[in-house]
Amino acid sequence: MHGAQIPLAEGLNPLTAGFVLLSAFGMVATRQVQGVMRFFILQSSFLALSAFLIGFSRSSIHLWALGAITIAAKVIAIPWVLKRTLPGDLYERREIDQALNIPSSLLLALLLAIAAEFLVAPLVAASADAVVRVNLPIGLAGILIGAYSLIARREALPQLVGILAMENGAFFAGIALAPDLPLISELAVAIDVVLIAVVIGVLTRDINRTIGTTEAAAMTELKEEPQP
Amino acid sequence: MILIIAIFLPLIAAVLCWLKPLRSIAWGTTVFCLSTSFALAVVISGQVLVKGRVIGLARWFEVDGLGVLMILLVSFVCTLAAVFAGGYMRHSSQRERLWWFYCNYNLLAFALIIVPAFADPNLVWVGVELITLFAILLVGFESTPIALEAAWKYAILTLMGAPISLLGFFVLYWAYRGTGSGTAETWQSLQAMAPAMSPNLLKLSFLLVFVGFGTKIGFAPTHTWLPDAHSQAPTPICAVLSGIKTSVPLYAVLRLLSIILASPEARIGRWMVIIGLFSVGIAAFLLLQVRDYKRMFAYSTVEHMGIILTAAGFATQASASAAVAQMLNHSITKSLCFYTAGIVLLALGTRQIKDVRGLFRLSPFAGAALLLCALAIAGAPPFPIFLSEFSILSAGIRSGHNTAVAILAILIVVAFVAIMRQVNGMLFGEPELHTTAEAVPLSCRTAVLVAAVPVVVLGVFIPAPIHSLLQLAAQQLGGR
Repeated sequence: MHGAQIPLAEGLNPLTAGFVLLSAFGMVATRQVQGVMRFFILQSSFLALSAFLIGFSRSSIHLWALGAITIAAKVIAIPWVLKRTLPGDLYERREIDQALNIPSSLLLALLLAIAAEFLVAPLVAASADAVVRVNLPIGLAGILIGAYSLIARREALPQLVGILAMENGAFFAGIALAPDLPLISELAVAIDVVLIAVVIGVLTRDINRTIGTTEAAAMTELKEEPQP
Repeated sequence: MILIIAIFLPLIAAVLCWLKPLRSIAWGTTVFCLSTSFALAVVISGQVLVKGRVIGLARWFEVDGLGVLMILLVSFVCTLAAVFAGGYMRHSSQRERLWWFYCNYNLLAFALIIVPAFADPNLVWVGVELITLFAILLVGFESTPIALEAAWKYAILTLMGAPISLLGFFVLYWAYRGTGSGTAETWQSLQAMAPAMSPNLLKLSFLLVFVGFGTKIGFAPTHTWLPDAHSQAPTPICAVLSGIKTSVPLYAVLRLLSIILASPEARIGRWMVIIGLFSVGIAAFLLLQVRDYKRMFAYSTVEHMGIILTAAGFATQASASAAVAQMLNHSITKSLCFYTAGIVLLALGTRQIKDVRGLFRLSPFAGAALLLCALAIAGAPPFPIFLSEFSILSAGIRSGHNTAVAILAILIVVAFVAIMRQVNGMLFGEPELHTTAEAVPLSCRTAVLVAAVPVVVLGVFIPAPIHSLLQLAAQQLGGR
C-alpha cells in the first residue's frame, strides 16, 4: 500500500491550506493583542505542517528543513523575542478603534481571498503541479489579508503581526514555487524575519517609553509639509 | 579573496565597535575599516576592468561592472558619511550611546555593500531587507517622539514591501526552474536563460519585486517615508539613505528589468517610463512648496530615482549607460548635499528654510558649499548631473520617446527652479534671526571638501578608468 500513502499526504495539503487561510481570518477578527499573536503562531505551525506533508510525500529533505526552520523561527524565536523586549501590558491591550468594524473586515478579507484566487488563475491553470494550484492562491490571499490588517490596525504589535502574516503568505506560496531553493537562502530569509521582530520590538519599546502609547493613531506630528 | 575582505570588513568593524574596551574608539574603527573597504573596492574595479568579472566565492559572491560600481559608490559614501559623523554626532543628545550608533552604522554599511556582491537573487532580497532593518533604528536614533514616529512610519511602509518582493523572487525561481536549466540560479544564468523563461511569470515576478522594492526606493506614491525620515534622522544617516540606500534596491530592480527586456515578449519599458515620470512630477511640485531644507533634498532624491527609472524604461544601450551615469552622479552629489545640510544645521541650529537668511555672510564656507551642491543637484552645467540628464534626454529622443522626453525636460526645469529659488533665499539677503554662526567641526569640513572633489571634477573631465567602468556597467543592463 505504499502507493496509496503518497496521495494521502498530499491530499492533506489543501486541508492545511484551509487552516492557514482560517488563521488569517482569525487574525483579522481578533481584537485582543494576545489573540492576534496566538493566531499567528497557529498559522506558522500550519505553514510548517504543509512543508512537512509535501516533503514527506516527495521525500524532499529540503522541505523538511524548511518546515523545521519555520518552527524554529516563527513558532519559537519570534514569540520569545517579543516577550523579552516588550512590556507585558502591551499584550493585554484591546483595540477599541479600528478602521473598519470586525464583520466588515471579515467580509473584506473574504473578498481579498476570492480576488487572489482569480488573480493567479491564469498562471495556475498552466501548471501541472497540484501543490502550486493550492499554495499560490492561498499564499497570495495570506499576503493581501496581512496587508489589509496592517493598514486597518492601530496598535503597534498587531501591525507587526500583519507584516509577519504577509511573510507567512509569501512562504506558503514559496513551498510550492521554490521547494528546492538553496537552504542557505531559506535560512537567511528566516533569520531576516526574526530580525524584523527584534528591530520592531525594540522600536515599539522605545516608542512606548517615550510617547507613552503604541497607537499609531497618536503619531501624527509628521505631516506632508507642516505649517510653520 | 579581496572581494570577500572588502565585503566583510564593515561587519568586523561592527563587532569591534560593540566590544566594551573598544567602544571609546568606535569612530576611528569605523572610518578605518570603511576606508580600507573603499581602497579594496578600487583594486577590485581595476581587476574587473581587466577581466570583466571578479569571483570571490563562485556562485555566491561575484561582481561584474555594475556590481563593482555599486560597491565603489557604497564604500565611498559610507566612508565619508562616517568621517562627517565624527564631528556631527558629538552634538547629539544621545552621546553616551555613540558606540551603538557606530555599531549599527557598520551593520548598515555591511548590508549595503553585500547586496551588489551577491550572485544569487534570493540573497539579494535578504540583503535589501537587512538594509531596511538596520536603517530603522538609526532613523530613530535621537529618540525624540518625532524621530521615533518617523522611524515607525519608515519601518511599516518599507517592511510591507518585503513579503511582496519575496513572492516575486519565488516566482522568478519558479520561472527559472521551468526552463529545466541545471545550473544554479544567479544573475548571470538568469540573463542567459531569460529568452526561454515564461514571459507571463517573468512579468508577474518583476511586478511583485518592483512594488516591493519600490517602497524602499521611494517611487511615488510610496515616497512618503523619505521626507519624514530625512528630516528626523541624524544627517550622516540621511547622506547614506539618500545617496546610496535608495540606489541599491534600484540596482536590483534594474538587474531584473534587464532580464525582462532580454525576453522579447515582455514589453514593460513603457510602464517604467510612466511610473518614473509620475515620481519626477510629484517630487518637482512638492519641491516648490517645501519648507525644510533636509526635506527638500529628500524630495530631490525622489526626483532622481524617477529620472533613473525613466531612463531605464527607454531600454536602449545609450539610455542604460546614461542611467548608470545618473546613479553614480546622484550618489556623489546627494551625499554632498546632506553633508552641507548638516553643517548648515550645526551652524544655525534650524531646519526651516525661512529661518536661514544671509548664509554667505554668517558662514562663507557653508554658503559656498550650499551654492555648489544646490547647483550640482539641480542639474546646472558644468556639473555631472547636467551631463547625465542631458544624455538621458537625448537617448530618449533617439529611441522615439518624444512625449516622455518633453515631459521629463519640463519637470526637470520645474525642479531646478524650485531648488534654486529656495536656496537663493537661504544664501543671500540680510541675516534675520541669527547674528553669528556656530563653528563647524573639522571632520565635517573635511567630509564636505573631499565629497566636493568628484562633483566638481566629473563634470568637466571623466577619467578613462571611470568611463570604461560606466560602459561595462551599462552593458550589464543590456538594451537594444
